[in-house]
Amino acid sequence: MKRDASVYLKPLDFKRGCIEMNHGAGGRVGAQLVAQLFAPAFDNEFLRQGNDGARLPVPPPGHRLVMATDAHVIAPLFFPGGDIGSLAVHGTVNDVAMLGATPLYLSASFILEEGLPLQQLQRIVASMAAASRACGVPVVTGDTKVVERGKGDGVFISTTGVGLLPAARDIGGANARAGDVLLLSGSIGEHGVAVLSQRESLQFDTEIRSDSAPLHTLVAALLAAVPEGAVHVLRDPTRGGLATTLNEIAAQSGVGLRLDEAAIPVQPQVAAACELLGLDPLYIANEGKLVAIVAPAAAEAALAALRAHPLGAGAARIGEVVADPQHFVQMHTTVGGQRIVDWLSGEPLPRIC
Amino acid sequence: MKYVDEFRDPALARRLADELRAAVDPARRYRLMEFCGGHTHALARHGVLDLLPPQVHMVHGPGCPVCVLPVGRIDMALQLALERGVTLCSYGDVLRVPASAGQSLQRAKAQGADIRMVYSPADALQIARANPSREVVFLAIGFETTTPPSALVIRQAAQQGLKNFSLLCNHVLTPAAMMHMLQAPPAAADDAPALDGFVGPAHVSVVIGSAPYEPFARRWHKPVVIAGFEPLDLMQAILMLVRQVDDGRAEVENQYTRAVTREGNRVAQALTAEVFELRDSFEWRGLGEVPHSALRIRPAYAAFDAERRFPLQYRAVPDHKQCECGAILRGAKSPSDCRLFATVCTPENPLGSCMVSSEGSCAAHFSYGRFRGTAVVAA
Repeated sequence: MKRDASVYLKPLDFKRGCIEMNHGAGGRVGAQLVAQLFAPAFDNEFLRQGNDGARLPVPPPGHRLVMATDAHVIAPLFFPGGDIGSLAVHGTVNDVAMLGATPLYLSASFILEEGLPLQQLQRIVASMAAASRACGVPVVTGDTKVVERGKGDGVFISTTGVGLLPAARDIGGANARAGDVLLLSGSIGEHGVAVLSQRESLQFDTEIRSDSAPLHTLVAALLAAVPEGAVHVLRDPTRGGLATTLNEIAAQSGVGLRLDEAAIPVQPQVAAACELLGLDPLYIANEGKLVAIVAPAAAEAALAALRAHPLGAGAARIGEVVADPQHFVQMHTTVGGQRIVDWLSGEPLPRIC
Repeated sequence: MKYVDEFRDPALARRLADELRAAVDPARRYRLMEFCGGHTHALARHGVLDLLPPQVHMVHGPGCPVCVLPVGRIDMALQLALERGVTLCSYGDVLRVPASAGQSLQRAKAQGADIRMVYSPADALQIARANPSREVVFLAIGFETTTPPSALVIRQAAQQGLKNFSLLCNHVLTPAAMMHMLQAPPAAADDAPALDGFVGPAHVSVVIGSAPYEPFARRWHKPVVIAGFEPLDLMQAILMLVRQVDDGRAEVENQYTRAVTREGNRVAQALTAEVFELRDSFEWRGLGEVPHSALRIRPAYAAFDAERRFPLQYRAVPDHKQCECGAILRGAKSPSDCRLFATVCTPENPLGSCMVSSEGSCAAHFSYGRFRGTAVVAA
């Protein structure tokens, strides 16, 4: 982020002003946006270096680095339980954490649409900075570009995260083994339903809030409670929901999964909204839940550790890993039948009748 | 969840399954058609088929509105969006239905056509009001459930004097299609055994009532039991059908008494009759031409009829030669009998009508049931 130039400029009008093309043109006005909005909000020692990139310390011996990136596009920008700013922090922190790594740093790229009210941008940046501080993961470098009106959806935020991974740790989607136990950290579908409830064409009254949350401390608590190597897979079931995540894992690990529908926690309001709209909570996005696939001997301790953490209070054992050459995710239904839980086909769209 | 959990109770489901097992005559088969795609979806999604005794065979009917919409009608909508430059609105499910030449509404949207997903025709009307310089067309599809809202927006558009709103009507009728299933002579290639009874649709019956099914019982001696959409609704309805068959009765019974009456919703019926009239014949994907099976907009509302407003060419598009949807809809074949099923015909690439929407029998079998018949190795 560049420093301000020392010529008088009218202060940014956060009440009535909006993003204009020259905010992204690289001139004084752009520098002013950085100096008056981004730099103070995200302030940290790395950002204060004032360069186009951040100089970071070398990781301690016996560790590896992990890096994850995530682009955030969401309409509406603000939703019950969060906004695009906090989501951009949580999403990437969680991607790093799902490898069993400790997230250290974030970068942030903002693509702003001409006409975006500065008041909204200020709210988003404040929320993002607060989320970053709450996670203890600073935004150490960033960039801003402006696109013409109509070529963006208000604001897009792309974040990249760097984390530290002990050399011996191997957690990944290919590591599920037959006999492993499937744990879920809490109820599903809240983020997707909260966002859907705010869509212009579909507004409905609900108290459902997005579950958007950083999961790295929950992961740390889980890993501390079981022997190293007992946690085989960690994944956050975001876009495509639990069903998609489990199908990814089954395919990547070359196994089948068996779920128990009655054991999968769904808040009554989420279930009701899904019934009404003809949606299946299994395919609805989450932003603050994780799936852990653990060795059977460690399952009890892992579940207890999840439940002892505020973000895992609703954790449940939802199924197991089996050998299955077809890599099917199957579910024992509440009424006592069987079904496949398939990949999502197309977008999850409300049914007609 | 109140009013839903009660209808998914595992203990009650087991009890109904036991009652069903006790009720069936082990020596005979019960071929029951659930007409409605919502029921097909519910049977598969909740695994209800696993709870039925082997003598009960469910035939998945043509009651999936997206599935039976012929490709030629989507092509008409594409003509409107791409050649006439109208703003075309429809339900999300319709947008991904494959049309001719690898086209679909979703693809046309990516190519720049103004195509909007709406949740109700009222949204389309609102778009028309907000954009007076644009021609806005609502692509209307569905059975008797979605017809009254379409009628309502046409009446509102007339009352408000809107000049830029019309509706491309594809509304179809449940009893006509049921009649067709009973009347159509079996194709030479298959001889579908006769159906023993129908599970009558839930939401459709809320609108039309139970009376329109009475001829099926009286004239055709087929029991009809109207059922709700929950797993226990379906199991109870199937039990009621089995009992009718065993007793040699053919009656219209109503399992879904919490929502369906004999007369139905008269306000909705009157509204529909005011705006729509019967077509002589309409093409159903998978079934072909079915007489008196669809509605069109009455001449009094011609200004709001996209078929009259725009010179549109309808061209019937045949399904893939090897597609077995016709036989599957008649109950002569099951999805896995089709050589295209799960090979080249999948929910991502549907070739036949039954794979198009999650309510189609092939899609339901693919998405929820295709593990059946494959060996499963326990851990």
